[in-house]
Amino acid sequence: MSDVTVLRTPTRLNYEVTAGAVTARFLTGILDKNLIGQRCPACRKVYIPPRGSCPTCAVPTTEAVPVGPRGTVTTFSVVRLPFEGQILPPPYACAHVVLDGADVPLLHIVGDCDVDTVRIGMRVEAVWAPVVEATLASVRYFRPVDEPDVPDDQIRSFL
Amino acid sequence: MNAEPFVAPFVLQYTYKRSLGPVFSRFFTALRDGRILGSRTAAGTVLVPPSEYDPETGADLAEMVEVGPEGTVLSWTDLAEPPPGHADKTPFAWALIRLDGADTALLHAVCASEVSAGMRVRPRWAAERTGQIWDILCFEAVSP
Repeated sequence: MSDVTVLRTPTRLNYEVTAGAVTARFLTGILDKNLIGQRCPACRKVYIPPRGSCPTCAVPTTEAVPVGPRGTVTTFSVVRLPFEGQILPPPYACAHVVLDGADVPLLHIVGDCDVDTVRIGMRVEAVWAPVVEATLASVRYFRPVDEPDVPDDQIRSFL
Repeated sequence: MNAEPFVAPFVLQYTYKRSLGPVFSRFFTALRDGRILGSRTAAGTVLVPPSEYDPETGADLAEMVEVGPEGTVLSWTDLAEPPPGHADKTPFAWALIRLDGADTALLHAVCASEVSAGMRVRPRWAAERTGQIWDILCFEAVSP
């Protein structure tokens, strides 16, 4: 028998996470298939998912703003390698999606299409899981919609 | 803003795999073969578990010697409720065990209804060994 040269040392950390009021409201919205962000009272930017404050202005955010479910791809990376825990079989694209009404991109997955057609400016919409739970993973991925691409100059601040 | 707090489990899991290098490769290969090896330093000290370097001088350690299989419990902590993955060892204690021929202690599980310092123990080997620390299921009391 050959020598032992490799050791598997899996690590597992079991956390229990308690969502604060802001995240709890965001997750409650998800249960109704609504994506609800928050607007900064100072710079007027809409954050999704909301964190309860604006990282630029350092002020609390309270105004709830529904965003999406459609959005625009502002950057992406195609995943062609398999790994444990993958939601979609590769290839698929990881993408920044700026949801309609939001001012920050959401990192998510673009699927249900040929990955070679994924592009900056592409219009997409959320595809919900058959059974939604209080997690952003209830949006399983985004798929293309039949709308013209958004020109670069309209999403330049995200590029 | 009166939403009920959401509490959810969150599992963070890493599928690490490490290359053993020459010293630990010999240690785990020996475990698979039902033997326990330690490192001998230039001063004659035997380290179990082994080390790639002499903790006193920093010198490379290549010489390995067989120790045990019996040993002596130096100290221990009882586990009333074993964590997942150790449920088959109820009841057990984590113990520092100095194997015969070794100068340092090995941390491992002792399966016994009562554990005490100075207790003599020996390994209970797994039937199928693969070259990892749980090839020793636990240490158990040496029958008087």
